Amino acid sequence: MTALAAPPKSPPPKLAGRESAEANRRRVTRVAYALLAPTIIVMLIIVAYPIVQSVIQSFNSDASGIDPKTGLFRAGGFVGLQNYTNWLFQQCQIGGVTQACPPGSPQAGFYNSVFVTFFFAIVTVALETVFGIWMAFIMNRNFRGRGILRAAVLVPWAIPTAVTAKLWYFIFDPSGVLNTVLNINVLWLSDLWASRFAIIIADTWKTTPFMALLILAGLQLIPEETYEAARMDGSSAVQTFFRITLPLLKPALVVAILFRTLDALRMYDLPAILTGGGGGGGQGTQTLSILVVKQIQQSNDSASALSTITFLLIFAVAFLFIRLLGANLTGNERKARRVAKEA
Amino acid sequence: MTTVAGPAVETAERPVTNEYSIGRARARRRKQGAAALRTGIQAAIIVVWCLLPFYWMVVIGFRDSSYTFDPNPLPIHLTFANYISAFDTANGNYLGLALLNSFGICTVVTIVALVVGISASYCLARLNFPGKGLIMGFILGASMFPGVALLTPLFAMFSQLGWSGQYQVLIIPYIAGALPLTVYTLNSFFREMPWDLEEAARIDGCTPAQAFRIVILPLAAPAVFTTAILAFIASWNEYLLVSVLGNTQIQTVTYAIAQFTGSIPHVQPYTTIMAAGTIVTIPLIILVLVFQRRIVAGLTAGGVKG
Repeated sequence: MTALAAPPKSPPPKLAGRESAEANRRRVTRVAYALLAPTIIVMLIIVAYPIVQSVIQSFNSDASGIDPKTGLFRAGGFVGLQNYTNWLFQQCQIGGVTQACPPGSPQAGFYNSVFVTFFFAIVTVALETVFGIWMAFIMNRNFRGRGILRAAVLVPWAIPTAVTAKLWYFIFDPSGVLNTVLNINVLWLSDLWASRFAIIIADTWKTTPFMALLILAGLQLIPEETYEAARMDGSSAVQTFFRITLPLLKPALVVAILFRTLDALRMYDLPAILTGGGGGGGQGTQTLSILVVKQIQQSNDSASALSTITFLLIFAVAFLFIRLLGANLTGNERKARRVAKEA
Repeated sequence: MTTVAGPAVETAERPVTNEYSIGRARARRRKQGAAALRTGIQAAIIVVWCLLPFYWMVVIGFRDSSYTFDPNPLPIHLTFANYISAFDTANGNYLGLALLNSFGICTVVTIVALVVGISASYCLARLNFPGKGLIMGFILGASMFPGVALLTPLFAMFSQLGWSGQYQVLIIPYIAGALPLTVYTLNSFFREMPWDLEEAARIDGCTPAQAFRIVILPLAAPAVFTTAILAFIASWNEYLLVSVLGNTQIQTVTYAIAQFTGSIPHVQPYTTIMAAGTIVTIPLIILVLVFQRRIVAGLTAGGVKG
């Protein structure tokens, strides 16, 4: 806001033709960058600089020991791609010799974490999409009590993930309400697959409403006349859904799925608190983010390499999404203009 | 989305009323009754599914801890003791401090993110200049960046500055986290503003800054307010950064909840945790229910998760 006081005095409205247009454009650009400067500076310091720093670090090795002055690991010099190959080929440097990592070391858990991360992302997003579409359809209908439904749906979204995790931790307790009511004896938080599904259940509960709201916004853009026309032409409910609703819903759906997928691939809070990444042999629910945080406590550089790998994986998924499904994230100019013209 | 509207309208003419269609109308009404019932049942299932775990948390928060595992869903064995022990610091839980910290941090973060974000989103929505797409892409990309990748370098940076364990260690990354959300949401609101009014103000002799302040800002107030709520909730819910960069002094509510311990080692004081969870959640639930419409509008306009 402070930048707003700065814009230069506007020139007298009409100079001569092209020169004034050119000057005007330059002035607009100057104002624009002045207004953007604070945002860009914050993002550069807190996001761009650490990313660069992290990538640089990932090519370095830790010297043994911690610098007593800064409390940080001492830099051990450039090692090229070693940190990366350590993760990808599960190698460790033991006594200066590169060899296969012993089981239980973080490197040995890499592919497990990749699997867990993608498994969670695919299953939760799939469930959330299906349930989200269902919820959105119900919310889109006219009936008494719709207000209650719409308010209720916001409750899981509003609860902080940390609280959600503790709440489900209690529900999933071996003597908790779920086992008691269903009269079963599942170790939800320590059994391999049970703990994975515990996280999927909790995440689906928490995030489906958000998905449903995004889908609902897309549904409301479909004009009622389209459905009437389909009905007149004798289209069945199933046909209407697959031939009309789904294609018209696609733009909203793709954006919703993309956001959720990228979010799910970063999943940290829920498994970190609910299972501590454990389950099964101890790493059953260890997502890549949890692995990074664990690794930070051992070696910064190796953790940097792992977080860079994580970022590249997420970036690749986002790229594929936008390429294959044509997600329109920025709500681009052309569409806006077309809508404006039709209005 | 827009391609369908045209021809569909013409085919939707109502047929002429005659006896046959009256009979059909009656049948349709019966069918509609059944459909309404089906809708009602499904809606009820969704409401129960969404509210039941939350209800359980509130009920257990008020329950005597000797009945922690009693599956009776009714509010029985009521007590306030959990709410008192939730604020008890004897076991190393500092919920009161965490609440104060969270309120302070989130308020500062929201205000700064808005002030910085308004100017950025105004010019992204309103002005045409070279590099606009690139900057929008940079801001969006930053919001998708995995937070863990920032942890190590941020930790190192703050240690070198001697900031470890001070509030700015959380406030500054939180601002950076809230900014993309703020810019993105405000940008999509700003794009639909009546900008003709701004031009009219300019013609009447306002400077650009005046036109923005006097004409546009009041109109944008609801959008700004909505964005503020979303930014506040997002910061309130953050856990990853505080779990690594935080400590007892600067802990936020999510940190406090995750670390909550009881007097007996390895035994979770569930009833107290549920009470603490309720305390932490209630401000958000109130915000969400009071400003329900706006929050939904903001969420779907920005499409960014809070």
